[in-house]
Amino acid sequence: MKKENFLWNATKTGLLGGAIGIFLCLVGMVEIFNKRDVVEGVITLGQFVLLATFLSVGLAASRRTSNLLGQNQSRLSLISGLIAGLISGLLVILLVVIGNQVNLRAVFLNASPALYDLLTFKRSLSGIWILPVTGVITGLAGAAFLLLPEAVRRPVSRGVLFLIFMALFSGLFRVVLINQGTLWGVIAKGLFGQTGVTLIGAIFFFIVVVGLNVFWSSKGSNIQTTLNQLPQKRRAGLRIGLFVLIAIIALGLPQVSGPFIAQVIVIISLYILMGLGLNITLGFAGLLDLGFVAFYAVGAYTVGLLTSYGPFGLQHIPFWVAVPIAVLVAMAFGAFLGLPVLGVRGDYLAIATLGFGEIVRLLAGSDFLAPFFGGPQGVIGIQKPCLGILGTFLSVDTPRICNGIELGKPQDIYYVAVVAALLIAFVAWRLRESRLGRAWMAIREDEDVAEALGVNLVQTKLLAYILGAAFAGLGGAIFTVLIGSIFASSMQLLVSINVVALIIVGGMGSIPGVVVGAIALIGLPELLREVSEFRYLIYGLILIVMMQAKPEGLWPSQSTRRELHHADADNLTAETLV
Amino acid sequence: MRMTFTERFVDLAVSGFLWGFRILMVLVIVLGTFFTVRAGKYTGEQWIDFVVFGISQGAIYAMIALGYTMVYGILRMINFAHGDIFMTGAFAGYFTAVWLNSIGFVNANPVLGLIIPIVAAMIFSASIAMLVEKIAYRPLRNAPRLVPLIAAIGASFFIEYAFRGFFGPGKYAYPPIKVLEGDWVIFGINILKVQVVVAVAAFIMMGILYSIVKYTKVGKAMRAVSENKDTAALMGIDVNRIIVSTFAIGAAMAGAAGVLYALVYRQIDFFMGFTPGVKAFTAAVLGGIGNIPGAMVGGMVLGIFESVGPSLFLEGLGITRAYQLKDVIAYTMLVMILLFRPQGILGERLSKQKA
Repeated sequence: MKKENFLWNATKTGLLGGAIGIFLCLVGMVEIFNKRDVVEGVITLGQFVLLATFLSVGLAASRRTSNLLGQNQSRLSLISGLIAGLISGLLVILLVVIGNQVNLRAVFLNASPALYDLLTFKRSLSGIWILPVTGVITGLAGAAFLLLPEAVRRPVSRGVLFLIFMALFSGLFRVVLINQGTLWGVIAKGLFGQTGVTLIGAIFFFIVVVGLNVFWSSKGSNIQTTLNQLPQKRRAGLRIGLFVLIAIIALGLPQVSGPFIAQVIVIISLYILMGLGLNITLGFAGLLDLGFVAFYAVGAYTVGLLTSYGPFGLQHIPFWVAVPIAVLVAMAFGAFLGLPVLGVRGDYLAIATLGFGEIVRLLAGSDFLAPFFGGPQGVIGIQKPCLGILGTFLSVDTPRICNGIELGKPQDIYYVAVVAALLIAFVAWRLRESRLGRAWMAIREDEDVAEALGVNLVQTKLLAYILGAAFAGLGGAIFTVLIGSIFASSMQLLVSINVVALIIVGGMGSIPGVVVGAIALIGLPELLREVSEFRYLIYGLILIVMMQAKPEGLWPSQSTRRELHHADADNLTAETLV
Repeated sequence: MRMTFTERFVDLAVSGFLWGFRILMVLVIVLGTFFTVRAGKYTGEQWIDFVVFGISQGAIYAMIALGYTMVYGILRMINFAHGDIFMTGAFAGYFTAVWLNSIGFVNANPVLGLIIPIVAAMIFSASIAMLVEKIAYRPLRNAPRLVPLIAAIGASFFIEYAFRGFFGPGKYAYPPIKVLEGDWVIFGINILKVQVVVAVAAFIMMGILYSIVKYTKVGKAMRAVSENKDTAALMGIDVNRIIVSTFAIGAAMAGAAGVLYALVYRQIDFFMGFTPGVKAFTAAVLGGIGNIPGAMVGGMVLGIFESVGPSLFLEGLGITRAYQLKDVIAYTMLVMILLFRPQGILGERLSKQKA
């Protein structure tokens, strides 16, 4: 009875893995990822994705078997891994077999000869045995991996993860290193290729990480105790040193990395700004605002209309004067939109704010308001910020001359964004610990109880909207000068969804969480062109998975952590969310 | 308790603002209608065209709204991915119709050629919805309310961009069906055949759904579960099974609506579900969420308002190209209802816990 169960379990896991494999193929991920290498000349990212699927199938099947039959049945665990890997491989290759008979491409764009070539290793039908065999081997490997002792498993898995990380960003590291001089350039070319790490690089990184891991597991506890025994002053000094190091890297990176990466970092910091803003409304006060982009749009349009030298410029004032005005206008708008929805709760609030956001976008892009906002053509010719005195406004379509330093390049705007982000992080941090912040959190936990305890709901909620809007407005203002123009079509709901997703991934109510979330969700897809194709697919998956596995986020706020340490984890993580 | 001056001021500001908002809306409607009628730009026949278009559009919204309303009635959750379920139906119907067209079936059997894609779409959408329910929503059954909503947003994006990956970002043109081209003359008015067929098909299907919910055992169980899950479970109802069938039935309606939508607009793409989804949700709230006849009424009201509104209310106020603001009317209605009458037209006043 039990043996049959284990066979059926392995088959089920294999079928699931096969379905995932086919999904990855048909959605285009395997083919597009195939343009990138993990290790040059050895394995491409596309192949790696499939192998990883088989590997996890083998792992999952063998784990299920050992849960079912007990830890000691290592032979049966291996067999179930093997079966699951085989079935997954067979299912994926079935796609090729069917594709050779029927024109799948009439329906699925990605069921192309290129995909079949990839799956059969360019041997057409005579190569169909390769993938199932690979499935068997990797499935077996996955199962065997589970049987290894923990001391081996951890360094190996970390080594592989680090290798993938280096491979994904090999282009970035290569460029940065080559810019540093010839010696670095030689090293860079040895370790990183055009599309992935080289074989030498792969071996190097793997050994380094495994070595570090082994070293840490033998000596790590010693180092930790020595560190802990250091006098208070020395420890504080170390911490400051670390902080300064991070600051230097953060400030210097755009200078050495070139304009593209600088632009990515600016976008990350803009999303950090908006994330900190929504973190007040959503993370602190628990009000899910899906129309957040409206405030961003208000900030952007205010700065645009006030500083543009194009046909829609109302005034031609400097950026530095326009920004505070933009923030004030965004705050007024936050109050304007916040007032009516004060009485609306929970998911109704989410939909109502979504409606607001869409209304703002549609109005800004309509012909009706085109004489003011440019309609679909947008507002163009936005004056760059100038550290110095601006020359007088001469005529439409001529920028004012900057007598001083013009902050035109993305690298320059980056510093503006960083200063703004630091300022706002400070404000958010102080607000969090204030009376107002505690009132917000009380509302988040339970509105009725908060009201009964004397929290003024109207004022507190309004302030959450207004301050959130102010931060978003600032983000929009900086974004405008970065791009130099505004289009209503860029004020999509997707921007709001991005911000919501990054807060959830980082951890609601957590300030470092916003930074982590922005880097992970905004930075990575911007840097990896191949991944950015599937950005929202992955976002969707992340939102679903996070809600089930880790609703408190990657870097939860301290109060959430404290709660988790005290009692039943599941209940509390869930409660902190609403 | 004595209120401080600021508290009193804020309270006054809030209620003043809300009243101002209402008065503004009434003014827009009344003045806009007055000036439009006085200008007399449109003939009576054109107004009837607007209304007929609104009805066929509204019937589609109503069909989607049913899924929102049924799921909300049972789980108190906004199934944000429902609009995308509608989109999957349109794609399933499209590929079936293209295939039937290529073997010449549609021209031989026009009626079946219309029905088979709809049935295929219903089956496909229902299976997707059941999968989504199982993977994304079921583990969150007892989680706080924002958690399933966020998971639903995730599911929505996942479906959209999976379809974008499968079928590409471009638009697909729905194959033309000869029998549906041209007009019918009804009571001396020319009406597009497509619109009549779409509206009739929608009404038939809504009738079927209504009788399922009203007269079958599953329907009875659904109503019991939406009344009280625990009690229903004590009465021997398999609550999980009922929830799954609710998702499936709602999704089947949305899938069929997807095909009907494609018949009217003649083109589909991966993002087509978002706007109709939000509007159908508006329709569901408009009619009173959790209320099945309400969703039908709400859909019709929204469809007609949206179709007549730009010309009737906005053009009179001197707004050019008012049709661009069609969606603004729908969203404004959404916001107004959520603000002023969250229980909807037909809904009873929901307790705070429900709303």
